[in-house]
Amino acid sequence: MTKYLLKRFLYSIFIVVFGSLLVYSVLRLLPTSYFEKIALERAQAPGAPSYAEILSSLNKIYGMDTDIVSGFIKWGKNAIQGDFGVSWEYSIPVVEKFKQVIWYSIFLNIVTLLIQTFISIPLGVLAARKQYSKTDYFVTFVSIVCISMPTFFLATILKYIFSVKLGWFDLFGIVGRYYEQLDIWGKILDMAKHLVLPVTTLAMLNIGGLMRFTRTNMLEVLNADYIRTARAKGLSENVVINKHAFRNTMIPLVTYFSYLIPNMFTGSFITETLFQIPGIGYISYYALIHGDIPFAMFYSVLIIILTQVSLLVADFMYAVVDPRVRID
Amino acid sequence: MTENKTFHTDPDEVKDPNAIQPEIHLDDVQRVKVLSPTMLVLKRFLRNQLAILGLAILIFMFAFSFLGGLFSPYRQQQVFRKYELIPKEYAAAAINKDLRYIVQTGENFSGPSLAQFVLAKNKGEPVFSAGDRDYSYTEKGEDFYLISELKVLTDVIVLAGNGRFTPAAGVELTEDFQTAALEALKSSQTAFEYGDDEYFISRNGKMNTISVAHEIALATKLVFAAYEPEAQPLLNSLDFVEQAQLALINDADSFAVGGVLYRIVIDEDSAIIYRSQDDEDHPFASVSNIIVNPISPDIFLSVDFKRTLNEAIAEGKTTFTAVTQNGTEETFTINRVHETYTVYAQRTSQLIDMYAPPSNEHLLGTDGNGMDVLTRLMYGGRISLLVGFVVVFFEVILGVLIGGVAGFFGGIIDTILMRIVDLFNSIPFYPIVIILGSVMDTLKVNPYARIFILMTVLGLLGWTNIARVVRGQILSLREQDFMVATEATGIRISRRIFRHLVPNVMPLLIVQATLALGNIIIIEATLSFLGLGVKYPIASWGNIINAATNLHVMTSYWYVWIPAGILIVLTVLGFNFVGDGLRDAFDPKMKR
Repeated sequence: MTKYLLKRFLYSIFIVVFGSLLVYSVLRLLPTSYFEKIALERAQAPGAPSYAEILSSLNKIYGMDTDIVSGFIKWGKNAIQGDFGVSWEYSIPVVEKFKQVIWYSIFLNIVTLLIQTFISIPLGVLAARKQYSKTDYFVTFVSIVCISMPTFFLATILKYIFSVKLGWFDLFGIVGRYYEQLDIWGKILDMAKHLVLPVTTLAMLNIGGLMRFTRTNMLEVLNADYIRTARAKGLSENVVINKHAFRNTMIPLVTYFSYLIPNMFTGSFITETLFQIPGIGYISYYALIHGDIPFAMFYSVLIIILTQVSLLVADFMYAVVDPRVRID
Repeated sequence: MTENKTFHTDPDEVKDPNAIQPEIHLDDVQRVKVLSPTMLVLKRFLRNQLAILGLAILIFMFAFSFLGGLFSPYRQQQVFRKYELIPKEYAAAAINKDLRYIVQTGENFSGPSLAQFVLAKNKGEPVFSAGDRDYSYTEKGEDFYLISELKVLTDVIVLAGNGRFTPAAGVELTEDFQTAALEALKSSQTAFEYGDDEYFISRNGKMNTISVAHEIALATKLVFAAYEPEAQPLLNSLDFVEQAQLALINDADSFAVGGVLYRIVIDEDSAIIYRSQDDEDHPFASVSNIIVNPISPDIFLSVDFKRTLNEAIAEGKTTFTAVTQNGTEETFTINRVHETYTVYAQRTSQLIDMYAPPSNEHLLGTDGNGMDVLTRLMYGGRISLLVGFVVVFFEVILGVLIGGVAGFFGGIIDTILMRIVDLFNSIPFYPIVIILGSVMDTLKVNPYARIFILMTVLGLLGWTNIARVVRGQILSLREQDFMVATEATGIRISRRIFRHLVPNVMPLLIVQATLALGNIIIIEATLSFLGLGVKYPIASWGNIINAATNLHVMTSYWYVWIPAGILIVLTVLGFNFVGDGLRDAFDPKMKR
């Protein structure tokens, strides 16, 4: 097992390195005129470094003046030391900006995760227990509708109903107009109020997938022989479901949750953008559309690393939860 | 059962179920209802209500998008216009604070001369000069000045009570004039009258210059407006205005110009001048201190209009009704800014019919470019569905090719190809696509080229899933007996993969592709919504909803963006229902 995990770890490093190289190459292969245009626009902003300085800082960090491979090695050396360059859009080191905003995203996503878990797992289990019943069809229908919903439309509709028509929430932002004048509890409540719609959007979008996943795996477990045995020896239905069936459903669920790790950071990309929550998603979107290459590079590498970490964790958790895996 | 009687012909009896039931064995071919695998799948699919619903939605969407355009009376980029009454400037009125000058025809009084006059008036000097000319003015009444040009008549040197006259060239002086001039000189007058003319004296040491005043202009703050356009030239003539002004100042009720008698009727701040002709008085002109000008030269403002406007201004009204030059009665609105009044008339004007609410002509109204929303939705559906199909087709081709080769050969080839799949899979989707969208924005890529680039990128980033599924299936399939048979018969490799293995992967491939279609449509819509995908003027469902990024549109014009969103949701729902139904139908054990 240790050997397998070690092999898996080395493979993840391989993917991170070559994945970054791929992204780096894509950014390097963008037309030069694009960089020059961006640098020129940046240079005209008040207080910005000069055109030549921007281009030379680009060369310094990305090795733009060398070929792709040696440029990548140059970039990689800096990146390993945590130097991802200075963001063009925000004019501070990329990593610093990341530290400023990441907590919004993590908070948003953890709240969403809790809510979606408490809604969809019970519903998924319920649907599996009453397969082909009205409840089952309802759950299936709702989950497909949730999966089919584009984020932007759901968010816009929610805004239209709750912000425009009912006026309960603000349309944008994480804090209200009078935030600074509020006391500490008022500030917390104000932020919470602004997070209601984003959390609702995210939860509604994610519920469908988790519900289906729970239901499918629960069904599989319920058809297993040991469940029949448990029922045959006269255990109450609650014990059968909660102790025997659900615990076995946990195995795939744990893996599923491990895959959600990158979502903690990047899952709310579109939602944050639509509600202008200043988390990593919105900040990155803003940087990306303005051609902030250092930020794009950092954000991409972050996603690659997080994805690989989640895969590693999933493999590891699988072994933790299921003793059968540990043997070989 | 007895045997059938061959001679029996009664049809009713033949139909008797007991009569002709043949004996059936358990393994009788007729007993087992044989269905081909395809029919089995179809039957299972048709039993699934959600799948049928999905299919119905998809059929509707395809008809709507691909046939709708043919039936729509409008074109995709047809801009609708409307005529609407909007207030347009018609005339401007202001309380006249400036002197207006009326200059004798054939004379020149402008520029420096005007400036010098104003200076002299403010200083109270009766004589001024501009250029090489000398002028004088007399104040005949409040804000009414007569300006004359002085022509040098003669120089006089007075010595011991006798004047020595040196007349200017071509001037003859009479004895009487000389006596009158001498008298004025002796009594140190600056001006004297002789005959009908007024003479001015200017001194320079012992040298005196006598000049004759010759009226060339008048300055007044009153405004004369003609009742008939023909009267206008007369109102611009010095003679008429002077006589009228003098009459007004002297409170006379009539005056005569050019042998015609004019009567004056005073009405508070303004006055009306009537022209007496054949013992009848015709309204001729009005006099007031409000100056009214049309906004363009082709508009003639009648005196009635001006009088009603004056009254409206005096009473502080904001609207009034007057007859225009066409003889129709119109309502005008007055907008006051300080001492200036602007008069607006309602005029029809052609406007782009933006955000028109739903009506019979436009069932879903019009958008911000004045285009029919319903028609845009039809054409947008084409793009959204086409993008989905092309991308999925591309993904399937790449996925089957790479997954098939990897699965079939296994070993080192499989390892290498799967590493490539993992690498492609690790590329973060949104950052790359958004950067590319931003690059295309900066480089101003043609919208049609954009769609192709978009489709290529989506395909390149999306094929890995299909490759994995195909590989997994083929890995298990290739160990089966029929593959051993193909190997034994010596069929070439490419044929073995694509003719024998891939068809067996088809069911799963179809399911994957259907589900991927829904996904691609969401992604394209999201990108277009963010303004990074399909661009105006091409319509796509995503960029129709893009209008909702404008808060004003989102809050006020639901019919512009909600229908497009509903279409997207329904279409994706349709693909997901059908995909789900197909999965169940192909493999009932795998149910959801």
